[in-house]
Amino acid sequence: MSRRLAGGGRVDRGARLRFSFDGDAYEGLRGDTLASALMANGVRLVGRSFKYHRPRGIVTAGPEEPNALVELRGGARREANTPMPVIELFDGLEARSQNRWPSLAFDLLSANDLIARFLPAGFYYKTFMWPASFWEKVYEPLIRRSAGLGSAARAPDPDRYETLHAHCDVLVVGSGATGLAAARAAAEAGARVILCEQDFELGGGLLLDPAHEAWRAGMIGALLRQSEATVLSRTSVFGYYDGNVLGAIERVADHLPVPPDHAPRQRFWMIRAREVVLATGALERLIALPDNDRPGVMLAGAALAYLRRFAVAPGERAVMFTNNDEAYDTAFALHDAGIEVAAIVDVRAATARAEPARQRGIDLRLGSVVLGVHGRRGVRGVTVAARDGANAKTLSADLLCVSGGHNPAIQLASQSRTAMRWDSAIAGFVPGESTQRQRSAGAARGLTGIASCARDGAAAGAAAAADAGFAAASGFDLPPDSAEPGTQVEAFWEVRSAGKAFVDLQNDVTADDIRLARREGYEHIEHAKRYTTLSMATDQGKTGGLVGAAVLAAARGEDVAAVGLPTYRPFAVPISFGAIAGHAVGKDFAPIRRTALHRWHERRGARFMEVGPWLRPAYYPQPGEENDAWASVLREARAVRQAVGLCDVSTLGKIDVQGRDAAVFLDRLYTNTFSTLPVGRARYGLMLREDGIVFDDGTTSRLADDHFFMTTTTVNAARVLEHMEYHAQTVWPDLDVQFCAVTDHWASMSLAGPQARATLAKAVEGLDLDNAAFPFMGVGDAAIAGCPVRIFRISFSGELAYEVATPAGHAERVWEAVLAAGRAHGIAPYGVEALGLLRIEKGHVAGPELTGHTTARDLGLERMLKKRGDYVGRVLAERPALADPDRPRLVGLRPVDRRARLRAGGHLVAAPGSAESLGWLASAMPSVELDCWVGLGLLARAESWRGKCLFVAFPLNDETTEVEVTHPHHVDPENARVRA
Amino acid sequence: MSRYSAFRLFLNGLTGHASWPRAWRNPEPRSSYDVVIVGGGGHGLAAAYYLAKEHGIANVAVVEKGPIGLGNTGRNTTIVRSNYMFPQNHRFYEWSLKLWEGLEQDLNFNAMVSQRGVLGLFHSDGQRQIFARRGNWMRLSGIDAELLDRDQVRAIVPQLDFDNARFPIMGGLLQRRGGTVRHDAVAWGYARAADRRGVDIIQHCEVTGIRIVANRVAGVETTRGFIGAKKIGLAVAGNTSHLAAMVGLRLPIESHVLQAFVSEGLKPFVDCVVTFGAGHFYISQSDKGGLVFGGNIDGYNSYAQRGNLPAMEHVWTAGVALMPALSRVRVLRQWGGVMDMTMDGSPLICRTPVEGLYLDGGWCYGGFKATPAAGWCHAHTIANDAPHALNSHFTIDRFRQGLTIDERGAGPNPWLQ
Amino acid sequence: MHRIDCPWCGLRDEIEFAYRGDATVRRPPADAGIDAFYEYVYLRDNPRGWHVEWWHHAAGCRQWIKVVRHTTTHAIHATAKADEDMQVPRS
Repeated sequence: MSRRLAGGGRVDRGARLRFSFDGDAYEGLRGDTLASALMANGVRLVGRSFKYHRPRGIVTAGPEEPNALVELRGGARREANTPMPVIELFDGLEARSQNRWPSLAFDLLSANDLIARFLPAGFYYKTFMWPASFWEKVYEPLIRRSAGLGSAARAPDPDRYETLHAHCDVLVVGSGATGLAAARAAAEAGARVILCEQDFELGGGLLLDPAHEAWRAGMIGALLRQSEATVLSRTSVFGYYDGNVLGAIERVADHLPVPPDHAPRQRFWMIRAREVVLATGALERLIALPDNDRPGVMLAGAALAYLRRFAVAPGERAVMFTNNDEAYDTAFALHDAGIEVAAIVDVRAATARAEPARQRGIDLRLGSVVLGVHGRRGVRGVTVAARDGANAKTLSADLLCVSGGHNPAIQLASQSRTAMRWDSAIAGFVPGESTQRQRSAGAARGLTGIASCARDGAAAGAAAAADAGFAAASGFDLPPDSAEPGTQVEAFWEVRSAGKAFVDLQNDVTADDIRLARREGYEHIEHAKRYTTLSMATDQGKTGGLVGAAVLAAARGEDVAAVGLPTYRPFAVPISFGAIAGHAVGKDFAPIRRTALHRWHERRGARFMEVGPWLRPAYYPQPGEENDAWASVLREARAVRQAVGLCDVSTLGKIDVQGRDAAVFLDRLYTNTFSTLPVGRARYGLMLREDGIVFDDGTTSRLADDHFFMTTTTVNAARVLEHMEYHAQTVWPDLDVQFCAVTDHWASMSLAGPQARATLAKAVEGLDLDNAAFPFMGVGDAAIAGCPVRIFRISFSGELAYEVATPAGHAERVWEAVLAAGRAHGIAPYGVEALGLLRIEKGHVAGPELTGHTTARDLGLERMLKKRGDYVGRVLAERPALADPDRPRLVGLRPVDRRARLRAGGHLVAAPGSAESLGWLASAMPSVELDCWVGLGLLARAESWRGKCLFVAFPLNDETTEVEVTHPHHVDPENARVRA
Repeated sequence: MSRYSAFRLFLNGLTGHASWPRAWRNPEPRSSYDVVIVGGGGHGLAAAYYLAKEHGIANVAVVEKGPIGLGNTGRNTTIVRSNYMFPQNHRFYEWSLKLWEGLEQDLNFNAMVSQRGVLGLFHSDGQRQIFARRGNWMRLSGIDAELLDRDQVRAIVPQLDFDNARFPIMGGLLQRRGGTVRHDAVAWGYARAADRRGVDIIQHCEVTGIRIVANRVAGVETTRGFIGAKKIGLAVAGNTSHLAAMVGLRLPIESHVLQAFVSEGLKPFVDCVVTFGAGHFYISQSDKGGLVFGGNIDGYNSYAQRGNLPAMEHVWTAGVALMPALSRVRVLRQWGGVMDMTMDGSPLICRTPVEGLYLDGGWCYGGFKATPAAGWCHAHTIANDAPHALNSHFTIDRFRQGLTIDERGAGPNPWLQ
Repeated sequence: MHRIDCPWCGLRDEIEFAYRGDATVRRPPADAGIDAFYEYVYLRDNPRGWHVEWWHHAAGCRQWIKVVRHTTTHAIHATAKADEDMQVPRS
């Protein structure tokens, strides 16, 4: 049964497209939407409602559609809740209805409709409480299964997305007569213009009247000739943010089966606009009346769109129900297209359109209402009556067009914090004074008629351009004024009669629900909204929200203006996660930092681990160790303790500090003193936050009187630099000090082990490594393999060690040369795991101990606190609780049973089963020097426990391990090796 | 005769629901009360309810500048949990969770307390150790926690990215008793229950000043006139500094905006609450089917209940990184709430230097889940002019003493908490 | 999205900056004692209205700048270099 008209429309009759809905095959035309194509095929039942699962049809011709939602496409590309009127038809399109079981025609949950009287607004707040245990086991799983609409895809999205940052002088939203005129006026004034249109065709309401086609085409042509104008169709502006920044989504490839190669599915435009013209038009609203949700009940403007734009007859015998003149255009167009208009039912007593209606022989019923709708799966007739209910008569019809007037589309204006005011002439809210660089024009501020909107748009576009500094004159023809008088509307919201009169179709909110909410005290619009779920569906109440507010107002005995609307929040239309995530998906979610030696590590087969943004080698498995990480880690650590190892430590933060006051500045940043550090020497330094808690540590060397080289921990590198900049620029701007991050400029490697000197001596030129000439904490310049290096005699592992730094470009060459020199000594590259093992054995603190809670005293570093002089954190570190001697303090821990494993994250308790945590085990590793696991922990009243035993409780694993409290330095407590 | 039950719902269904009474009265303010609670959000209403129920103090008014429950109570992501590391926090939040567990029967209002589990993911050995330290401490305090490995996580939330993630999932810490609650219903349920015990809930009544006589409160100046009070409790999230300034008090608080989002309704997609530490993202699914999610604060002082694009981009990007199938899900709404961020991330429920003035505030992100216990402790503190052991740590003085409760170790930087 | 006019670089997006709160608090002298540092580190006016605050042009010139911004409208009244005094509008 084709409802396609023989002629007219904007569809391409030569391009037939096959598609399926719920598995049934259909044909449509290029230029159709899924909604128009199904309508052309005579399909009326397209969905089920949220709560009562009532049969539903197509109500609108735009993204405001509440009923006709489908799951579009399949598999990983499945999209739930897609409104049919915005789905452009393509060949092979597949869509399925949703929220029904087992089928759309026979939905078992429509039983809810039969017991609807027991399921009013908010019924769930009053029940499901007994027995208490049933809520999560019985009631809630049932509710969750029956709630929701469509099903989301379960697999990763195969499509790509991208983000585009744009700037313009004037952004125009909407391309109807208003928007086209605004964009052209602004562009011809010289402004850079972006025009966004959500539809796939430019023109808005112009598309519904062939008489305007020439003007529309001329305007678009003129606009496209402007080199500074960007015209975007299929682009929805979703949000208006601070700083006149707006977000828009361009649906680049949603009208195709799959995106073409190298094209994204959608593009997120972040638009910074000097001025904005909102030409967003108006949205028609419904009228609440019993069974106003039956398939075949449609907004009048939508019926006109299907008829004129898509050449589809939305029905065979129509009744029009209206409170305004504009709906007559639809009635006349239906009639003129040969569709029977059984009656026009107008709530008003008189209208200027009466005469043309009568001329067409249409049964015009003024002062009348539609009392009810007949037919369950589709309209079969309507009962009409006088406004007082008299003279009720049932008319046969399969289409009820409804027009309750038009609301300016004020979502974006409202988001920009424009207050709305009530305009009784249109019975709707219009934008008031704007607070951002923005103006509304045309129907978006309550105007009607193509000519007046175009005029208003041209003026708004010119004014916006002028405010942006572009005052060149422009001139172009506007459409001729219509012969019809301006539309008249009478505020009319609801026909009260028996039956469910819906104000929110998707969420099944009835006028009675609104009144119940008020009766129970939920009388504020926000309470009523939340209690009934009015305007909380995917369409955000675009067609019924104001009707609900008006019903509430009537129940409160107040004006709609006093009741107001719920706040409009972004988004003006729902937008997909992927569009905003852009290309930052999968591995590209966050940048990865790699050291200059990364390729070498890869070639050597290193296993990597995340350290902040860095990838660092965790260990280097050798043949036979592939499935035994511990074997690699222990082998590498043994190499350091017994021979020599080489570790890439390039990720440590490095900051070059210079200036006459550099030493003074460092004295104030560090808890210890650097002004006394001789040139050519390094010193370990400790930094606090201003609240007295340890912030960071590292070694800083003096290269000249006014030149220091600072290192930080890997994870704090950026924060330390910011901390230094803050203090240098805002707290002590009088100090002469400059600094700059050089982390990436230098590769550095730690050569550690008893054979470190012998190894380095073989590789280095220009530096005497003799212990007296180059002692512990010495710093010197030299060369390795012809490359410049700076050598620091510092140690993290506790062994004799040298840190070799070289400009990053020389990294591999120097690294290879050092390895070659150590080959005879059994050198092994070692990773972060072995490094961690060595530092735990040695009792050096690192990330697990520097948690942002520990003080210098907690870590046993009180000797680092200088007695005199200002430094960050000095004063607040003396607060009573931070100076408390009983605070948890760094200790060493070893299992009493030497075979037992220690697990970091366990708590220290006095006895098994004790609930009181005395501290915790921060780090643990198997020792390569002692025959057991060793750990570092923080323990309250540590001194009283020294040499005694307590327990590590790890209740998450049901483990308790007895441990002995020791000195934190498990290895070489005399610190002799580093000085050897 | 307004008790809610399935039977009464049935009876009312037969008569067109015409006889349901107001959930709470709409009284004119009296000239004075024993206690005035400023702020008709969940916290204020709960404090009033527990004053009446636990302490027999029913001559109480809750004054609210707008309609009740529309501040942070009505704009959060509805998560409840007690999985905090420090005992000062987890013992308090555990008491809150216990009150949540009995709330519906206590209030005779179904707030849909849904213990679907809260799962925090970790992505490195270092994070695992931090989660273990937290979970073990919870277990020592008798609170449920489970450390899951990667396969156990996959069994619960199969649609996470286990194959191509920038930060591979290594496991998670699960608190099964955590979950979600229907946020609006909390305000309404407490309002109705407090009202039935005689509390006056006075909406559209903004406090413009606090009258003090000899360093003791005398009452509040409001847009509806002066209301006398022997004691005043402030529970005004998002306005705490503003109200405190009325009595010359400066607080260790900065107010920031935190965004939240909800998707279109979907058939069941994710069962428990999932938090993704590496990306600052958390998500759950409401009973109605919407995916409710959020991330970090926007990061600047703000009293605007709306957010901006940069924070939104971070949150959504993290969402897709965590669950790639989210990519084609459409999001419906975005909103912001004003968080009173303290300098250590933990709240204030305490006496103030002004006699008879009490404070419940500084909740950072944690306010909603705290609602029952915060009201309960606030009521206890007001009734006894002394804190309960559960809130004795939540003082202003802790910052001066060095007794901060800084879960993240971020220091006095609210924009990092 | 705030658009911040860096006095060194010009108008830039908020995402180039890092934030650090109230710029009217001043670090006390070293010998000022715990109470003074307690106020400096912890106590804030936290005004609902105009706020003088630190922003760090971290992805730009690395300079700390002062911004007078409104905490409810997010309007930016003025920006200045770190050593300049800022006037807060009356309203």
